[in-house]
Order: sequence, then C-alpha cells, then structure tokens
Amino acid sequence: MVQPLGYLKESASQTAGPYVHIGLTPNFCGITGVYESDLGATMVNDRTLGRRITITGRVLDGTGTPLKDALIEIWQADAAGLYNSPSELRGSADPNFSGWGRAATDGETGEYRFETIKPGRVPFRDGRLMAPHISLWIVARGINLGLNTRLYFGDEAAANAEDPVLARIEHRVRVPTLIAAADGDGYRFDIHLQGEKETVFFDI
Amino acid sequence: MTDLSNRKPETGAFFSRDRLWHPPGLTPGYKTSVLRSPQKALLSLDGTVSEITGPVFGHSILGELDNDLIHNFAKPGESAIGERIIVHGRVLDERARPVARALLEFWQANAGGRYRHKKESYLAPLDPNFGGCGRTITDADGHYAFRTVKPGPYPWPNGVNDWRPAHIHFSVFGHGFAQRLITQMYFEGDPMIWKCPIVQTIPDRAAIEQLVAALDWGNTIPMDARAYKFDIVLRGRRSTLFENRMEGN
Repeated sequence: MVQPLGYLKESASQTAGPYVHIGLTPNFCGITGVYESDLGATMVNDRTLGRRITITGRVLDGTGTPLKDALIEIWQADAAGLYNSPSELRGSADPNFSGWGRAATDGETGEYRFETIKPGRVPFRDGRLMAPHISLWIVARGINLGLNTRLYFGDEAAANAEDPVLARIEHRVRVPTLIAAADGDGYRFDIHLQGEKETVFFDI
Repeated sequence: MTDLSNRKPETGAFFSRDRLWHPPGLTPGYKTSVLRSPQKALLSLDGTVSEITGPVFGHSILGELDNDLIHNFAKPGESAIGERIIVHGRVLDERARPVARALLEFWQANAGGRYRHKKESYLAPLDPNFGGCGRTITDADGHYAFRTVKPGPYPWPNGVNDWRPAHIHFSVFGHGFAQRLITQMYFEGDPMIWKCPIVQTIPDRAAIEQLVAALDWGNTIPMDARAYKFDIVLRGRRSTLFENRMEGN
C-alpha cells in the first residue's frame, strides 16, 4: 500500500449540444435583454496596437458539410507577443486588447468571423520563438470534448519554417491544415473535422 | 476585480488530460458524433505560454440578475414557472485547490423541457418569463451559486425514442486556455440518466456519477427553493517548483 495522492479527477466533458448559443452567445440567438452584449464579440477598440485583421472560415464535417451550430473561441497574444492574462509573467499586455474572442458559425452559411490583430511571436518552452499563431477551441453538437488547434499565418513562411510545434508534425502533408491563407486584409481558415484534409488537433 | 491576496499567480503547465476518463470523440450511440469526430491521432503538446495563460473575467461584467434565471428574462413582477432550485458548489482543480475567479456560464431548457431556440421543435410550450441562460464568477474560495427552475426532460432525434434526462449545461473558464471545459449537470435520483446516449458517451461510471448533483437538504431554503450541490473539477497545475526554468519565468 502507498499513500493516496489525494488528487481529484477532472469533471468529464459533455457535448455543448445544439443550443450552446443560448448560454454563450444569447444575443446572437435572439435572447436579448439578459446581457448587454455577448462575451468575446469584440476583441479590439480604437486604441488597440497592431495590424487589424479578420479571420473567416467554416467548420466542416466528414462529408464536407459546414456546421451551422458550432462555436469557436480564440486566444492569442497581442502585437508585442504578450498575453492579457494574470499568468503572463513576461510583461503587461496591451490593455486595449483582450486576446480572447468567441464567435458562433452562421446559422445559414456556417461562416465564422473574428476581427482581431495579428499576434506577435511568443516563446516555446525552451525559449525558441514560435511563429505567430492563434489558439482555437471548437465545440458543437456531436463534439464530445472541445477540440484544440492552432492557426498559423500563410504570409509567415520563414517563421513557420522554424516553429517548434509545426516541426513536430510527422506527416508534413498535414502542416498546411494549420495555415490560414492571406486573403486581402484577412485570413481564411477552414477547420476539417475529418477526412483527407482533417485539421491537426492537439492534445494540450 | 482586485485580487487582494499577495499570492503569485500560478503558471505551471497543466496535468495531462485523462482521455480515457472523458468521452472519446467517436461514440456511435450518439449519432452526430460519427461525422464530427477527428479520426487521426491528436498531436501531443505540453503547455506553452499559449496554453497555460487564459482570459480572466472581472466581477464587473456581471449584472445583478445574471445568476438568477428565475428573474433575468422575466417581466417585472413576474417569474419563471417551475420547481425553484438553487444550484451551488465549488470549482476546484485536480489538486483540490479552489479556482477563484472562474467564469461559469450555464444554459438549460425550461420546466417543460423546451429551449428558447429557433431550431428547437419540441411541442412543449415556451415560458414567456424564462430565457434559459445565466452566469457567475467564483469567489476566492471557488464558490458559486445561482437560482433557477429545474429543467424538464425532453425527447431528441437520435434513436427513435431517446430522451435527455433533466440537465443544466455548464461552460467553465479556469485560469488557462487548456482548462476550458463544457459539461452537463444531472440531478440525483433521475432514472433517465442511465438511459441517455449522451451520458453513455462517458466510459467510466464514476465519471458519470461525478456529474450528478446531490440534493442538498442543509442548504434548502424552507418555503422557497431546494438546493443542489454541484462541484466542478478543472485540470490541475503542475507546481513550478519542479519545472525547468522557462523563458521569462
């Protein structure tokens, strides 16, 4: 016999279900008057530092059909590469940038959209710089545990080539699934849940 | 909100997630998962600063009725119909430490089992005084509480005759993006829990029982509302004492 560790188990995940919008984006789904605005709907203001970008895309199932009931959250560093979080010990992030956004995919088209800024580079665990990236978390009906992935930028070829996380993807043919194509002032990032183009998802 | 403690924020990476405890992605009994579950192996990534940081929300975002679903959508002087209950508990991490300032958002069907959503087609009526959403933030000891009506069970299109047990959806933010969690709370004594294909996506009976809130007689308010106690556990953080020095740490 040994001493018990005394740790608890994480609460098991359950799907967000078809009505996740009621809880997380109530104004988006017509429940108005409870909250002034939906959390995470606005990431930037007039004083936010950095290059303004939009990110649009869809979440596609195994048949290529876009999900019309998904919800995506993003988390990213500011233009200087600092996170707006108490756990960020390297400095103070831009107070005019939350770094966190939440968007539902459109009920008709399945498109999501974020208006944000291009993030700066942040270090990997060993101090090497990672390429600019945005962390994504995807939930929906039929997804039992939220999916984690990353968006990298198509116009950062040099930084992407030395990124220590992208370097760990054994099947190089899958690397492009994490790279958003530049498209005017924005970037386009489709997330494939299954199939030949399945996005690389992370166990973080 | 000002944190009055002088404790340094914790910045260790998180305990790895026990993926045999959570439901797997592909659970054919829950049909929608079949085309929405990744088929390739996940890429393992021990936490970098991108995963161990996360947004924290201040109490200033909260409105007075945000944690009162009986009243937050009701007309003045009216209230939602149904069994009045209080749901309360603590948010802890796997090291059994309280998680302060965790944002909890919850949503549910009304007492008849009907959601206020345009895609909802169940014939049970809407309650004009019930919206179905609420939120709160834990205090320094990880406590939270809200008031609502007990949601009804409802049928859903999966098997020919599948019904969801009464449940409340919870979305939880801890202190790191890697702790992000959505789960559901069930009610003690409900025989439908064990018939539900979504509950059955969880392989371990103990993991299911951890999602069943107990009737809390001690905190039941006489002549007003019964209480249910529901604790939520988020991933634990490794102690930074044992970590190799990280950049900027």
